[in-house]
Amino acid sequence: MSRKLKSGLELVAIYAVFAFMAVIIIYPLVWAVGMSLNAGTSLYSSTIIPKEWSLVHYKWLFTDPNSNYLTWYKNSMIVSSVSAVVSVLATSLVAYAFSRYKFVGRTTGLYTFLILQMFPVMMAMVALYILLSLVGLLNTLSGLIIIYVGGQIPFNAWLVKGYLDTIPKDLDEAAKIDGAGHLTVFVKIVMPLAKPILGVIALTNFMGPLFDFILPSIILRSPEKYTLAVGLFNFVNDKFSNNFTRFSAGAILIAVPVSLVYLYLQKFLISGLTGGGTKG
Amino acid sequence: MSGLKEIPENKPDDDNTLSHSPKTAMILSIIFAGLGQLYNKRYVKGILFIIFEIAFIVCFGSFISTGLWGITTLGTIPGTDHSIFLLVYGIISIILIVFAIAFYVFNIFDARKQAKVIAEGHQLPKMMEAFRSSYDKSFPYLLTGPGLILLTFTVVFPLLFAVTLAFTNYDLYNSPPRHLVDWVGFDNFINLFTVPLWKNTFFSVFSWTIVWTLVATTCQIALGLFLALLANDKRVKFKKLIRTILILPWAVPGFVSILVFAAMFNDQFGTINRNILIPLFGGNGLPWLTDPLYTRILLIMLQTWLAYPFLFALFSGVLQSISDEWYEAAEIDGATRWQKFKNITLPHVLFATAPLLIIQYTGNFNNFNIIYLLNNGGPAVSGQSAGGTDILISWVYKLTFEMNNYSIAAAISLIIGLFVSIFAIFQFRRTRSFREEGQI
Repeated sequence: MSRKLKSGLELVAIYAVFAFMAVIIIYPLVWAVGMSLNAGTSLYSSTIIPKEWSLVHYKWLFTDPNSNYLTWYKNSMIVSSVSAVVSVLATSLVAYAFSRYKFVGRTTGLYTFLILQMFPVMMAMVALYILLSLVGLLNTLSGLIIIYVGGQIPFNAWLVKGYLDTIPKDLDEAAKIDGAGHLTVFVKIVMPLAKPILGVIALTNFMGPLFDFILPSIILRSPEKYTLAVGLFNFVNDKFSNNFTRFSAGAILIAVPVSLVYLYLQKFLISGLTGGGTKG
Repeated sequence: MSGLKEIPENKPDDDNTLSHSPKTAMILSIIFAGLGQLYNKRYVKGILFIIFEIAFIVCFGSFISTGLWGITTLGTIPGTDHSIFLLVYGIISIILIVFAIAFYVFNIFDARKQAKVIAEGHQLPKMMEAFRSSYDKSFPYLLTGPGLILLTFTVVFPLLFAVTLAFTNYDLYNSPPRHLVDWVGFDNFINLFTVPLWKNTFFSVFSWTIVWTLVATTCQIALGLFLALLANDKRVKFKKLIRTILILPWAVPGFVSILVFAAMFNDQFGTINRNILIPLFGGNGLPWLTDPLYTRILLIMLQTWLAYPFLFALFSGVLQSISDEWYEAAEIDGATRWQKFKNITLPHVLFATAPLLIIQYTGNFNNFNIIYLLNNGGPAVSGQSAGGTDILISWVYKLTFEMNNYSIAAAISLIIGLFVSIFAIFQFRRTRSFREEGQI
């Protein structure tokens, strides 16, 4: 077999692998879109290419008086954006202290963070429920946000600290000699250089709460307080009115924008992660 | 660095400074926070400390005494004392006491240090300088303070609560306010390993958790690496399109994908059986969600589908950063493709991504979402209290929220936490970034 032929066959095999992957990636996605355009509600009568094209489920989400879809969408946006902003603030302050200052408890703190993030969140659910009911934050979005922000600190503080460690300390020392105070160095010098990793933190803390359903389903009790994930999950989880086609319509309306954002930001996300987490 | 400005040529102000005793300052501060500081003539600090201590005692005194009584007895009168709230008060009291002790120790050492400096005859710094230096010293605490307080209540407190629950008999039959909960020592752990029902369930769930973690994670890493290698091949065209398609499963929210797959693989109505398997092969399709073995296979395939794109993107970045010179040198030496992969590519990739790969394993160990969303840990298996595909964490969920067996659930989650921490610390210690953490 000539070298050229062998290379050609190899190339065909490589493309065949990609084609196979493309099918198993795209089929479920197209299928979900197809489902949402079926008129009926049952899985059995629906087909990937609808026999009866219809936007009835989309219309229901927006116009039916029983639909809380827009409220859920709003709730999710509030929870996600506030968690993202507050998480970036809290985490960067903590990470900056651990990266730049020597203080009593520094090493212990780092080890504690590492261990804390290993314990499953599930373990904390009962306690969080009781704690929130004690302070009257049960069934509120703020209670949910506080838990998200607090819970992400151990893992993300490590990530950001790792990234900050790679920013040369000469820069802040030079600024200090020029008379800059602690806060000025932090805000004007270190933070702008840490933008990539802060972007990663903001993104993951936006997306995490957006599709988390277990914590909100324990904390949020009334349907008008639900976030999207809880509401959508109830469409398919309800034993008596299982409504997959409606679920797919609702899910597509959130999944499409989120996917576009991810596709656009993925390079940035990976470079942020490898800058901080993969020093080897 | 000392908070006092040291001016050696300065003579002591008067004879009193020489008789200034660090011991007296310390004893005064032990008697009541701030007294030592007053003795050191640091009036503002001293008064602040005194106010702190009085405020703490006034605000939390009775709460802490109730809490400590509560956590030791867990209540004495059924129907009136709510054991779980008492336990919560007790834990919060202990956290408050720890904060108070830390403050008190700081107060004592601060008094001693300053008294020493004064006794050595150094001049007291001016007010502004004292403020400046204490601002410098406390800056890292100001930075970490808000985050740490939040962390204490949302992470540390719940974990302590769960740990204590593991040593009680809190379950459906022993639930307040009607009944009291009692401390039972290690009974839950002993039951877990000796009572046949618990023992069998625990070991079957545990072994599936291990298989699941190892197989699913290794599959996703292997597929990610394989596709990254293919997409990195110089002969391949349309790279951008191929990358975008391959990354799609990462971009689509996992929550949505899993629920879509659950519907697609539905035994009777799902498209996989109805439109693909039955028309092609006949028969009745495969029992994807009703036979534990098939559900397990499905879970591993799904997890691979969901998680390989992240690793693909990660590995693609690393592969592009490996210098061509390595491969050219290897080619001159006549290395085969496999040798090049084994000796150049793999070490580079693993070295650069080790911590993130470890996180993949620990993440899957506790990957609650996919198990719960696909089939709620089912199908049910007779003779055990967990479903056929339940991993430890989803079993904990069932025990807590469906069977209200809080204490056993807490005991299992404690085992999970210890297991994962030991594994992760052992692995992290071997990576370079961890070993450097001690230094600034």
